[in-house]
Amino acid sequence: MEEIKKVILLGSGALKIGEAGEFDYSGSQALKALREEGIETVLINPNIATIQTSESVADKVYFLLVTPDFVEQVIEKERPQGILLAFGGQTALNCGVKLYQSGVLERYNVRVLGTPVQAIIDTEDREKFVQKLDQIDVRTIKSEAVTTVADARRVAAELGYPVIIRAAYTLGGLGSGFCDNEQELETLAAKAFTYSPQILVEKSLKGWKEVEYEVVRDRYDNCITVCNMENFDPLGIHTGESIVVAPSQTLTNSEYHKLRELAIKIIRHIGIVGECNVQYALDPGSEDYRVIEVNARLSRSSALASKATGYPLAFVAAKLGLGYGLHELKNSVTRSTTACFEPALDYIVCKIPRWDLGKFKGVSRELGSSMKSVGEVMAIGRNFEEALQKGLRMIGQGMHGFVANKELEVENIDEALSHPTDKRIFIIANALHNGYPVDRIHALTRIDRWFLEKLRGIVDLERELGRVQSLETLPDGLLREAKGKGFSDFQIARIVFKTGSEGSMEREVARVRDHRKEHGIRPVVKQIDTLAAEYPAMTNYLYLTYNGTSHDVDFPCDGQSVAVLGSGAYRIGSSVEFDWCSVNAVDAIRRSGLKAIMINYNPETVSTDYDVCDRLYFDELTLERVLDITDLEQPRGVIVSVGGQIPNNLALRLDHNHVPILGTQAGDIDRAEDRHKFSSMCDALGIDQPRWKELTSLEEIYKFADEVGFPLLIRPSYVLSGAAMNVVSNRDELEGFLTLATNVSKQHPVVVTEFIENAKEIEIDAVARDGEVLIYAISEHVEFAGVHSGDATIVFPPQKMYVETMRRIKKTAGQIARGLNISGPFNMQLMAKNNEIKVIECNLRASRSFPFVSKVLKVNFVDIATRVMLGLPVETPSKSAFDLDYVGIKAPQFSFSRLQKADPVLGVEMASTGEVGCIGEDFSEAILKAMLSVGYTIPRKSVLLSTGDSRSKTDMLGAAQALQRGGYKIYATRGTADFLALNGVEAEVLHWPDSDQQPNTLDYIKERRIDLVVNVPKNLTPGELSNDYTIRRSAIDFNIPLITNARLASAFIEAFCRIRRSEITIKSWNEY
Amino acid sequence: MTEKKTATLSLEDGSTFTGFSFGARRSTLGEVVFNTAMTGYPESLTDPSYSGQILVLTFPLVGNYGVPPMETEGGLPRFFESDRIHISALVISDYSFEYSHWNAVKSLDLWLAENNVPGIYGVDTRQVTKIIRERGVMLGGVTLEGEPLPTAFDDPNRRNLVAEVSCRQVETYGDGPLKVALVDCGCKYNIIRCLVRRGATVMRVPWDYDFTALDYDGVMISNGPGDPQMCGATVANIRKAIEIGRPIFGICMGNQLLSLAAGATTYKLKYGHRSHNQPVLMAGTDKAFITSQNHGYAVDPSKLGGEWEPSFVNLNDGTNEGIRHRTKPFFSAQFHPEATSGPVDTEFLFDKFIEEIKAWKR
Repeated sequence: MEEIKKVILLGSGALKIGEAGEFDYSGSQALKALREEGIETVLINPNIATIQTSESVADKVYFLLVTPDFVEQVIEKERPQGILLAFGGQTALNCGVKLYQSGVLERYNVRVLGTPVQAIIDTEDREKFVQKLDQIDVRTIKSEAVTTVADARRVAAELGYPVIIRAAYTLGGLGSGFCDNEQELETLAAKAFTYSPQILVEKSLKGWKEVEYEVVRDRYDNCITVCNMENFDPLGIHTGESIVVAPSQTLTNSEYHKLRELAIKIIRHIGIVGECNVQYALDPGSEDYRVIEVNARLSRSSALASKATGYPLAFVAAKLGLGYGLHELKNSVTRSTTACFEPALDYIVCKIPRWDLGKFKGVSRELGSSMKSVGEVMAIGRNFEEALQKGLRMIGQGMHGFVANKELEVENIDEALSHPTDKRIFIIANALHNGYPVDRIHALTRIDRWFLEKLRGIVDLERELGRVQSLETLPDGLLREAKGKGFSDFQIARIVFKTGSEGSMEREVARVRDHRKEHGIRPVVKQIDTLAAEYPAMTNYLYLTYNGTSHDVDFPCDGQSVAVLGSGAYRIGSSVEFDWCSVNAVDAIRRSGLKAIMINYNPETVSTDYDVCDRLYFDELTLERVLDITDLEQPRGVIVSVGGQIPNNLALRLDHNHVPILGTQAGDIDRAEDRHKFSSMCDALGIDQPRWKELTSLEEIYKFADEVGFPLLIRPSYVLSGAAMNVVSNRDELEGFLTLATNVSKQHPVVVTEFIENAKEIEIDAVARDGEVLIYAISEHVEFAGVHSGDATIVFPPQKMYVETMRRIKKTAGQIARGLNISGPFNMQLMAKNNEIKVIECNLRASRSFPFVSKVLKVNFVDIATRVMLGLPVETPSKSAFDLDYVGIKAPQFSFSRLQKADPVLGVEMASTGEVGCIGEDFSEAILKAMLSVGYTIPRKSVLLSTGDSRSKTDMLGAAQALQRGGYKIYATRGTADFLALNGVEAEVLHWPDSDQQPNTLDYIKERRIDLVVNVPKNLTPGELSNDYTIRRSAIDFNIPLITNARLASAFIEAFCRIRRSEITIKSWNEY
Repeated sequence: MTEKKTATLSLEDGSTFTGFSFGARRSTLGEVVFNTAMTGYPESLTDPSYSGQILVLTFPLVGNYGVPPMETEGGLPRFFESDRIHISALVISDYSFEYSHWNAVKSLDLWLAENNVPGIYGVDTRQVTKIIRERGVMLGGVTLEGEPLPTAFDDPNRRNLVAEVSCRQVETYGDGPLKVALVDCGCKYNIIRCLVRRGATVMRVPWDYDFTALDYDGVMISNGPGDPQMCGATVANIRKAIEIGRPIFGICMGNQLLSLAAGATTYKLKYGHRSHNQPVLMAGTDKAFITSQNHGYAVDPSKLGGEWEPSFVNLNDGTNEGIRHRTKPFFSAQFHPEATSGPVDTEFLFDKFIEEIKAWKR
């Protein structure tokens, strides 16, 4: 066998729902493992914001899409001996299987390291999978297709009731349902046959427990299960949507080891080498089980299991792929014991998903078998209550734990309990507050009583605390118990002081803190050491708990440490880019000879890998917890400017508590964050801003509207339903929005801003020291202002910007840096129209685009910023953005297909879940690579244009002409077709979906007779949006690429009309 | 539960940990040991090998799934490893007052109380573990609120614990064709189940019983508590059995006793192996197994007779995990192939034993 010298690793591309940051983590670990062996690594991943696509992680990086054609070209160029398929999610796995099946791997003599492709195929193909497990008598979930009621009855009797009936070939679950007995079956089956000639009968596992095992196998057939996990929510809710605990809590030894034994039997039979995940359904009333699925790759669960146990699954899987045996590897936590063991936990972790459904118009909030969450948190505690309450604070949606929140208004609790939504856990709190007994909640939710009893215990404790009238009369024992069950100082303050609003709570919370410290009630720091303290471990992987009496570590307090506050849960608007920033800040601190302390709680990140920093506190980023840590560690300072908005928001309060903030001072951060303070500074400096006002009554708003005209951007401080921000185009809409969706009052002011149309939007990312800009990068959006900067397609260096505009931006940035005395990273968004520039906002922290500009420019902005914050000398790079011979494009990734019913339109609220960054020889090539990387395809023959107002129609004309020249068939809606005809472009009219005329857009989309849909709404008013909603949504549902912005559509169309897919250059990052 | 009462765990070295009392409301003494398993308290607590010991569980959440019923099957309780709780006391971090499981009939609290075994919850069991890890196993006591802390401790290892837990007379299980003499040094019932399931008739005999007088096809030497040096009578019988030559299989204490019979020595480990995640390597191969363990003493194989060799070794600390005779069907494991509680990866050793018996009979 040829020696492995060079290996290609396939990444997972942009973060999307169901395939997110966990693959940056697993890929980075695998690359680290290969590097340690002296193997040259080549990574293909267009996700530029990841750690794995950083200089020191892989030897070569291709910012290219992970598809067979591109990967083949890279293979041809690089000639690796091996390829790793298991570290880039489903994207990499699917691509690898295709490369195998088409013979590419064999042709180039590339060996698949780890699990053989045939084993992957056996787990991916449902039929083969069932057959494979049948061979070893392992039970799977089976369904049988029948064509008569009699057969349905026979199958149901064989499977055992309850069963599910599904009508085949119908969408949206028509004719499906549960049957508890033969009578119900007959009724339902008869009905189902009216929809479809065939129905599927399947055993219903409703209410069964869902349990997962992470299993590892080496080439010697040695197997271990690293971790098991139990879903809080029973089967029926996707595991990505469920609260999950590790290890399992309600399984007996017999159940635990029965499933463990099966997992090992399965992994052996399938022939995995590396890691896989086995999901089970377990009957809550016996030891009966079914295997739900097996993932023959690293997964979200394996990332969670790694963080939950401290066992580096991806690292070990990569080593096993190279041929090591488990017993030949060391436990990287203890560094003395073997990697061939199963971690013993002496804590419990609780994973909670983070949803952002409020950001989407029209989306269904009900949880089910498909995943909608965009991120997750992991909380560590020494009991369930502690872990859960920590976790509920970590998800960062304004909740303080399980109780002491603003109570949800629930119309029908029974209904809400039995139809879970993203609010499920708080509905349970509500039910308990309303006196629901555990049994009733269990009956409605099927959540195991053990969990529910623990939740009831929290509510009981809340009641007991509520009977206390003052801090002075609060017994120490009760306070200690509350802290042990995860109550925050805030919760205790709110319950004991019985105060309402959040704003005025700061003093009360501080009183609770002082009181408990005086009474010696402080958390202790514990290690995660994989062996439950059985062996000494040098581990720096830490968490805090009140369920303990001593610290596991010492605190040198020698002024040599710096704490970096991480980014928390991935969510829309804050994602892997801030992890990149955090990790790079940590690297810079360590290189300077100081010790880096990381605080973060996101299990999908690299920053929460314990070998990245000197001390990892896997814990909350609340003021209370950060102060607990700084009290103990006494760091030289804290960096709040690399983890996004969560740490940024803590700056002022940390400063009030005398925690030294490194870099730009808290007061200056506040001057940028506070709209009024920032505005008055801009006014003083003569810097223009779009006109805005904070208003408290409808009359004032109308008056302001009369002054500046429509459209207007409305940002309420209190939202009743739907998205927080909105653009209104006329008085009716303004009134509608203000009266229906928000609440305007003295307590809840509304910020109204003039909305400038057709303006260019520009970003500047920069680092300053003592108010002097050291380095900057200006980039422009392809779309006009109005599309959220996180959803915009960004070009760097800018290709279509006046030199004059650029000069003015630079000057403005300099003025603001001086005005705010910035030392560290900052980012500004501006608008430009006819060389007039206006500042939209300014953040005194690293931005979403820092990794993108850093990598395109090949200058690490975060490294420079960190050195500035540490007070170290910085070499100012001489490089200027104008010198680049290439173009970088950052494009957003949307996950609308996962979000049933959501309107896939872009607006002022961000909707993308991830991004890619690609480098091209010119703008067209870069945009083509970027668009292909986020899932667009070059249309084969037909395009549907429906291009909105006359401005957009004009914008799109060039592109339409290019399509015509390129021989594409153009379909258009009536107005667009007319406009095109006038301009000499031939288009066939398709009628609107709401008309019954033929040919109809909807039919063409459903029949997939269209390869690309361009649908540009005239504006963002509800009326206009609902008009085209059906076109957009069906494009998503039928998996047809959709663009809703005229400028982006033009850029894409012109690019693919000029450059063929096969003409795209295959160059690694270092070749540019 | 009635009103909350505190209880204190005190260790020989003077450290004390105060939590709340549950189970039997009384004070007791014992040897303090820790176990890092995350499941299986009904099995562990009834494991006779814990006799005389105050058991500290590092996994903090305990009692979650209650306690199963005392049903019997084939003359043995179905869900337990013996007829009663053997630990002296239980020390945990977080007790689940409300349990939830289809097979549970009572709470851990009640079960402990019924067995007159005290428990403490609310203790930083990780810290206790660290102290034991650093200073070695220690004697200690559990003291109920209002009672004086112990001033002297009692070392259970000075007693013949095996004699205390072994059966008093010969008992027979199963009716299979293969006759296995089981030397009960504190036998876990799953050993019996594993043998019966494989077609054995098990003759369970007291620890010092001269089983060589029985008509048997193979000998199983069970696990058991305390110091193997106390079991001179058993070692003498094993030597006789070695002479007879029929297959011998030892587990845990059985490994130590077979090793003593084979010329090796035993010593006390600093803090023992008590967990479900002990990795062992089969000597001379790349085959590794995750095993369940519960022992405070270990075999020093250096003085093993030349006809013997180590068969398994611990991958973490290199200690002996089993021996075998180079030519004859005698072997033993320091770990627990019968599991309960713990992983079942090495149950194949029972198959091997049965194969050896069958081969011998041919």
